[in-house]
Amino acid sequence: MSVIPTQVNVRSDAFKANARAMDEALARVRAAAEAAAAGGGEAARERHVARGKILPRERVARLLDAGSPFLEIGLFAAHDMYDGDAPCAGIVTGIGRVSGRECMIVCNDATVKGGTYYPMTVKKHLRAQEIAEANRLPCIYLVDSGGANLPNQDEVFPDREHFGRIFYNQANMSARGIAQVAVVMGSCTAGGAYVPAMSDESIIVREQGTIFLGGPPLVKAATGEVVSAEDLGGADVHTRLSGVADHFARNDAHALALARRVISNLNAAKPESVVRAAVEAPHYDPAELAGVIPADVRTPYDVREVIARLVDGSRLDEFKTRYGATLVCGFAHVHGIPVGIVANNGVLFSESALKGAHFVELCCQRNVPLVFLQNITGFMVGRKYEAGGIAKDGAKLVTAVATANVPKITMIIGGSFGAGNYGMCGRAYGPRFLWTWPNSRISVMGGEQAASVLATVRRDGIERKGGSWSEDEERAFKQPIIDQFEHQGHPLYASARLWDDGIVDPAKSRDVLGLSLSASLNAPIEPTRFGVFRM
Amino acid sequence: MFDKILIANRGEIACRVIRTARAMGIRTVAVYSDADANAWHVAMADEAFHIGPAAATQSYLDVERIMAAVKASGAEAVHPGYGFLSENPAFVDACDAAGVAFIGPSGHAIRAMGLKDAAKRLMEDAGVPVVPGYHGDEQDAGFLADRAGEIGYPVLIKARAGGGGKGMRRVNTAKEFAAALDGARREAASSFGDDRVLVEKYVSTPRHIEVQVFGDTHGNAVYLFERDCSLQRRHQKVIEEAPAPGMSPEMRRAMGEAAVRAARAVDYSGAGTVEFIADASEGLHPERFYFMEMNTRLQVEHPVTEAITGLDLVEWQLRVAAGESLPLTQDRLAIDGHAFEARLYAEDADRGFLPATGTLLHLDLPTANARVDSGVRAGDTITTFYDPMIAKVIVHGADREAALARLSAALAECHVAGCVTNAGFLARLSRHAGFRAGRVDTGLIERDLKSLVQADDAPFEAVVIAALCAGGFAAPAAGDDPFDTLKGWRHFASARQYVHLTRDGQALELELASRGDGTVTVSRGEHTVSARLSRVGAHRLRTTIDDHVIEAGAYIDLTSVTLFMLGETWRFELPDHLAESDEQGAGEDVVRAPMPGQVISVLAAAGDAVSSGDALVVMEAMKMEQTLAAPRDGVIEEIAARVGDQVAEGAVLVTLARAEAEN
Repeated sequence: MSVIPTQVNVRSDAFKANARAMDEALARVRAAAEAAAAGGGEAARERHVARGKILPRERVARLLDAGSPFLEIGLFAAHDMYDGDAPCAGIVTGIGRVSGRECMIVCNDATVKGGTYYPMTVKKHLRAQEIAEANRLPCIYLVDSGGANLPNQDEVFPDREHFGRIFYNQANMSARGIAQVAVVMGSCTAGGAYVPAMSDESIIVREQGTIFLGGPPLVKAATGEVVSAEDLGGADVHTRLSGVADHFARNDAHALALARRVISNLNAAKPESVVRAAVEAPHYDPAELAGVIPADVRTPYDVREVIARLVDGSRLDEFKTRYGATLVCGFAHVHGIPVGIVANNGVLFSESALKGAHFVELCCQRNVPLVFLQNITGFMVGRKYEAGGIAKDGAKLVTAVATANVPKITMIIGGSFGAGNYGMCGRAYGPRFLWTWPNSRISVMGGEQAASVLATVRRDGIERKGGSWSEDEERAFKQPIIDQFEHQGHPLYASARLWDDGIVDPAKSRDVLGLSLSASLNAPIEPTRFGVFRM
Repeated sequence: MFDKILIANRGEIACRVIRTARAMGIRTVAVYSDADANAWHVAMADEAFHIGPAAATQSYLDVERIMAAVKASGAEAVHPGYGFLSENPAFVDACDAAGVAFIGPSGHAIRAMGLKDAAKRLMEDAGVPVVPGYHGDEQDAGFLADRAGEIGYPVLIKARAGGGGKGMRRVNTAKEFAAALDGARREAASSFGDDRVLVEKYVSTPRHIEVQVFGDTHGNAVYLFERDCSLQRRHQKVIEEAPAPGMSPEMRRAMGEAAVRAARAVDYSGAGTVEFIADASEGLHPERFYFMEMNTRLQVEHPVTEAITGLDLVEWQLRVAAGESLPLTQDRLAIDGHAFEARLYAEDADRGFLPATGTLLHLDLPTANARVDSGVRAGDTITTFYDPMIAKVIVHGADREAALARLSAALAECHVAGCVTNAGFLARLSRHAGFRAGRVDTGLIERDLKSLVQADDAPFEAVVIAALCAGGFAAPAAGDDPFDTLKGWRHFASARQYVHLTRDGQALELELASRGDGTVTVSRGEHTVSARLSRVGAHRLRTTIDDHVIEAGAYIDLTSVTLFMLGETWRFELPDHLAESDEQGAGEDVVRAPMPGQVISVLAAAGDAVSSGDALVVMEAMKMEQTLAAPRDGVIEEIAARVGDQVAEGAVLVTLARAEAEN
């Protein structure tokens, strides 16, 4: 195995200019991350602490094993949505080690509108459960929520992927032997009461946690009974009388220690489905990625420069190097975990698609997880290519990717446009994790192309009617479209809507991949049965 | 020379003897009690015999059992070590009767030296100086004053029946004698009903100096110079050294020759120690030392003599016992440099030197520039059955200053966890200014006890390192998995950890923020430092705190972090939220009837302070008696139960005052 050679000159002006551009993009993302992590603001945080409660991120930190990484999911959820009222969508989700096991942690942030569920909160909670289910991660719910956000109830309650799905997922994960643990550290009202009730084991904190279908005001309205929240559904009631909760905790710290104890008793080990190698740092510093990626997305570059800064020893055993060269495929290791890398290196041709399908088959045959590095403008268009059957070759790749049962991790490192998104395992193809870079853009096609297509249609219409359309008019027509695509294609816009699991610093991509892969290996790798490949 | 010997002892001395025997090609037999089945001396010996239960009286002190092991093993000689049977003449007799050599003096010599008063007279007759005094029956005041004049002032008048300082007077001049005598007599009469007194030389600034002697069965005897054992606490030696500070060649010769005379007086063979008390009020003087007693065995502190003479005293013991002549004559013996020995004990210096017990979870003793004689290994347990010694740390240097520097350094390297030790006390003692200057006497430790036992508060650096340990930064990655290796990893923000430590009941809360690159910002209140910790050995840490690099030893387990740094041991406890309170009763303010039944007894009353688990009410239900206990510590607010009451399930029988109200 040889180290990937590099053409990058870290002292060149181009490198420095690229790095500057990436840093600027990253600065915006970092600011958004800070805002998300701050939750509901200083006043709300102070009120929370004054009640003797620990802040949500501190709860997560105290739940985790000392020194455990925390692979946060959906940090940018609801960014710039709901008038900025729901930073982080009011819920912290991510994967970390608890009592030696990788767990999915779902922690309500009561400093954000009382921890009520906005539509994105529901989506994020469900995404966390989806990841937990796909990767067989025990779930720990740190519950402190007022339930559905009433002004938004139509987008939270009724549909299939709404609030009710949370409990459906709990039941089905429990049925599959994926532990469901709830720690009631605040309100758990109405539907929320089902989080602990549907859990395998639950813990409740004295004088903080309450569980009831109807709170004291509703009880009074319905029956006239006057009762305190603690007497109606506090820790004592539920651990001594009702059995809705199993463990009585004196305070948050005690509750988290009990949760750790529950996990320690799960009696399950991570299956080892892959043969790991000794971990080796990349030969090239991953921090160089900022300067490697051209500031202008249209500037071509060799994706091997990226791979070289992600994989162990910067070594890639390439497959079919000389065939379908616009798709780079090969075997490598990330943090010692074997992976098959599928990376765009230009527009997809029939050969590239065929090569990709072949390589995905190989990885499924060998139980090798797949990593997709997505930077794709789409499949090649034109008469020659359509006649050559590029649609059916593209379909082969999409079929292979869609049905591949090995863990798939996607990282969007540049453009994600059109059908290329499908072939490269976009969100719809169920990658276990999907991460994006600050420079990435996602849309059905590029803004320029979309504007041109629409302008062409428009011009045709005008000219058919005998009218004329000046260049200035066309520019004025196109600009809003370009602006709209730019706005909606931005990774913060995408990540806010949970089209991905988060934006990552390219320099940390190797670690994100390693943690994602390791988390995904908690589920045994099932054999793949591919669909019909159109020949 | 013997082919096989049995060591009738345990611990470090058994190990010590085995080492020399092995070096001489002699096979070794150990003996052990139930408590020592897995002890190091047993593992080290070629064979071992079980001799009984843990209690020493039924094992290591049981002559019959040991003799049975001697016979069964076919050993030709027995080394008694020190303590246990080493100065028991009956044991020597038993060895003689069994035809095996006792590696030590004759029973006669042991008996002669064992009777302290008789030994003193014997020594006086042999020309060995004893504390001058008059112990006779003549009690005339003028006669006693004359005797005091002969002895030389200051003198001590003591009640013959005395003790505890009663009837004791120090007299500095002849003029004061008559009045002091009257006072002493009055006190003696009232305290003991006996007004007879004795007059002795008052030894001020006493120093304990002992001389190592060796005799053989061919009539030879030599002295191997002195040891100063003045650093004592309640007659327990703490640090010994050789040679004695301030010792002149004349005095050394005078003491050495007196010691040889003492040995010859009892036809001494083997290793022995003659203990003297020296008056150091005006420095050491060849005329101001007096015989105290002779120890007819190898002493605990013999290694300091070995260090300055380059000899192996156990080897000499074996040669003499085998009938050989002493390997060297007096003129071939010389002192090389200076040596110290410190006794590392499992004892709690802060709490009156109470012996401590426990399992030595971690035991890391110095290996360079020090000799360490120990009988325990990591994982061994210090029990109440035997002496709680962990090790003797012996250092040697070209001169006293050099040796003392090594002693301080070696003591700082004594890292023990699982058991409280006197390591900190010894380290502080080794830095004591008076001791450093050689101004030692038997009162030094008591005078400065407070500063010697009291460790300083843990410095912030130690708290920071402990917090990093508690935060998992000292733990090696459990594996190659990124969840193991990427410590404190986060996408963007720093990973925050909240560490709670307790030290001496004081809670310490720290916040750790790490960026995943190994640098951690540690904050406690206003105090913030930047720290970076790396492991440089299994139990060694190197921590850079701001610009200061600190080396520390560490032992970390689930409940505590023990740091060894700057010559001190600091232990921090980690909170165990699960242990803090019993979940069943946690927070419960009431005791309820667990089922319907009758109250048959009420054991407490309102206003009583009770502890968790105290029985409060006894009920009878379903023909079973059931005792209901206090769910937590607290004060009883109300007892609703009356004897004879028929109560329903869930009825509140006792109410405790709310915790908040008590604070």
